[in-house]
Amino acid sequence: MSSISVEVTAETVPAKKEFWRWQENVWIDETKDWKSAKIITCGIDVGSVSSQAVLVVDGELYGFNSMRTGNNSPDSATNALQGVMDKCGMTLKDIHYVVGTGYGRVNVPFAHKAITEIACHARGANYMGGNGVRTILDMGGQDCKAIHCDEKGKVTNFLMNDKCAAGTGRGMEVISDLMQIPIAELGPRSFEIDAEPDAVSSVCVVFAKSEALGLLKAGYTKNKVIAAYCQAMAERVVSLLERIGVEEGFFITGGIAKNPGVVKRIEKLLGIKAMETKVDSQIAGALGAALFGYTLMQKQAAKAA
Amino acid sequence: MITAGIDMGSRTVKVVLLESVHVDGAPQLKFAVKKTHIMMPGDLDPDQAAEKVYGDVLAGAGITRDQVSAVFATGAGRKQVAFATEGITEMTAGAKGANYMYPLGRTVVDVGAEEGRGMKTDELGRAIDFAGNEKCAAGAGSFAEAMSRALQMTLKEFGDASLQSDKTIPMNAQCTVFAESEVVSLIHSATPKNDIAKAVLDAVASRVCAMVRRVGIEGEVVLIGGMVHNAGFVQSLKNAMGVDKISLPDMPEYISALGCALIAAERQH
Amino acid sequence: MIANYGYKDGSGEFYISIDTDKCIGCAAERACLNACPKQMFEIITDDYDDEVAWVKKPNCRTLAYDCSECKPASGYTSLPCMAACTPGAIKHSW
Repeated sequence: MSSISVEVTAETVPAKKEFWRWQENVWIDETKDWKSAKIITCGIDVGSVSSQAVLVVDGELYGFNSMRTGNNSPDSATNALQGVMDKCGMTLKDIHYVVGTGYGRVNVPFAHKAITEIACHARGANYMGGNGVRTILDMGGQDCKAIHCDEKGKVTNFLMNDKCAAGTGRGMEVISDLMQIPIAELGPRSFEIDAEPDAVSSVCVVFAKSEALGLLKAGYTKNKVIAAYCQAMAERVVSLLERIGVEEGFFITGGIAKNPGVVKRIEKLLGIKAMETKVDSQIAGALGAALFGYTLMQKQAAKAA
Repeated sequence: MITAGIDMGSRTVKVVLLESVHVDGAPQLKFAVKKTHIMMPGDLDPDQAAEKVYGDVLAGAGITRDQVSAVFATGAGRKQVAFATEGITEMTAGAKGANYMYPLGRTVVDVGAEEGRGMKTDELGRAIDFAGNEKCAAGAGSFAEAMSRALQMTLKEFGDASLQSDKTIPMNAQCTVFAESEVVSLIHSATPKNDIAKAVLDAVASRVCAMVRRVGIEGEVVLIGGMVHNAGFVQSLKNAMGVDKISLPDMPEYISALGCALIAAERQH
Repeated sequence: MIANYGYKDGSGEFYISIDTDKCIGCAAERACLNACPKQMFEIITDDYDDEVAWVKKPNCRTLAYDCSECKPASGYTSLPCMAACTPGAIKHSW
């Protein structure tokens, strides 16, 4: 087996293990053996709400860890990676290349390169959904991205909105707090209604909240108010998508992908169904980052040869 | 002759009754005012609130409806005033009212609960240009209010606290929802409340100022709307606009309603 | 690639779009950098290793306000950034 010799200059090494941290969602491909791999790369995506670490072995997804972002971004990056490395007995020096994205662009001390979430999401979606993926929607905790890409997962058009809470996880949390209903229940409950209501008229979450209270007073059930709110969010997100051009091969990532109340309404407005994925779509960013790392490693090897 | 102006804001309804009288041969305007809160979850719908406050102010002044020659309405909810003679825009009403109080006023800034706007007015109080920022809570009073709640202060305490600070901390968040999280983390990192209050009011002032710059800052500047009561905001606005003086009318929330009543009186001739 | 910088909120849609295909190898000597009175543009190396212009991050969230002086209330006929970008890479959505 030939080995690639590359300089791995990790500036810091995860020093101590923290036994208190909970591993939200760790997965390893038990059918693969990383020790016989040529190139191992890692992508770290630190978001406002959750962080992911993904391991890619010879260009294929090998493992990932998704966990809550703590108060300290560098620690979140370290902990996320440690979680998946522990599962397969890997250490940082086994990894040839680390790419950071999300807040991880500035906060992963041991990353070799930083790449934007936009490019990483497109690449990751291309891997997970195949080369038919063209339109990607990512609704994160504090931002909303609409991306159009080509068959290789290269971005051709994008926008990212992190100015306005409408269409983001935080926007959803506001209605969850108002109704005193857990956020995971909002989606299903939005369908337990007698008739689809119109959307709340405000784009602005603050004003939509006042409207929601008014609707309750006017006799709407809680579920119907949630439905009106989800419809407004869907309409708002669709208008973002229309700016970059919607094409079949529609892929949704991010926390709100798990909210059918919004997703189904988006699908209805677009007349397009979102692609299904076997792998948790939340890892799209970190996966794309790791794949970028793999391509960079291949280029380096080709140059060296 | 008696006319009335009603300003259906997004939070409160303001009514002004105006009577033209002559005192020692000089014309004078006498007015009565009344305000009521309609913000949800209030107990009145906008049209009911309009009815109620109008009825109350008439009763208080001891006049009947048919003694009022005309009622002009303005504000976000003006279409819900069933008894209005005519509706006019907030720009027209605000410019008129501000210019009446300050005849040399040429740049009028109106910051309400949900909208911040700037008007340029001529010497007759006609709005010749305007720019507004509507439907985004971050551009108006509700931003300051939400942050004052996050700091657990009344709006007045909040405004006064901001005057105690001399720091300029820029806020990253441009949305009320995100700003609440940012304020919470500023509190956690032990930033003094005074500095946070100033940062918030500076942020609103800068957004309002950008709107006013679109019409140009010229001559005397008049600020109307509820935010006049917030001394901290007034100072932040002066800094943002680069002016030493901003004219502040008494009862600033009523200026647009006053403008309505004045225009109603003008049009009756 | 069309990169849209800015946002949509309750007040409207405020985006500056940069067509990076027209921006690479700029024929206008990066005139946009100085044309903007607030110097909101800078040159970066993007994810695909191309040198292109973008709108600085802090400005992306306050575009409606930052651009307000080039766009008076009574309407505008031209914008300094768009006039400077002769390849036509820069567009405003409002």
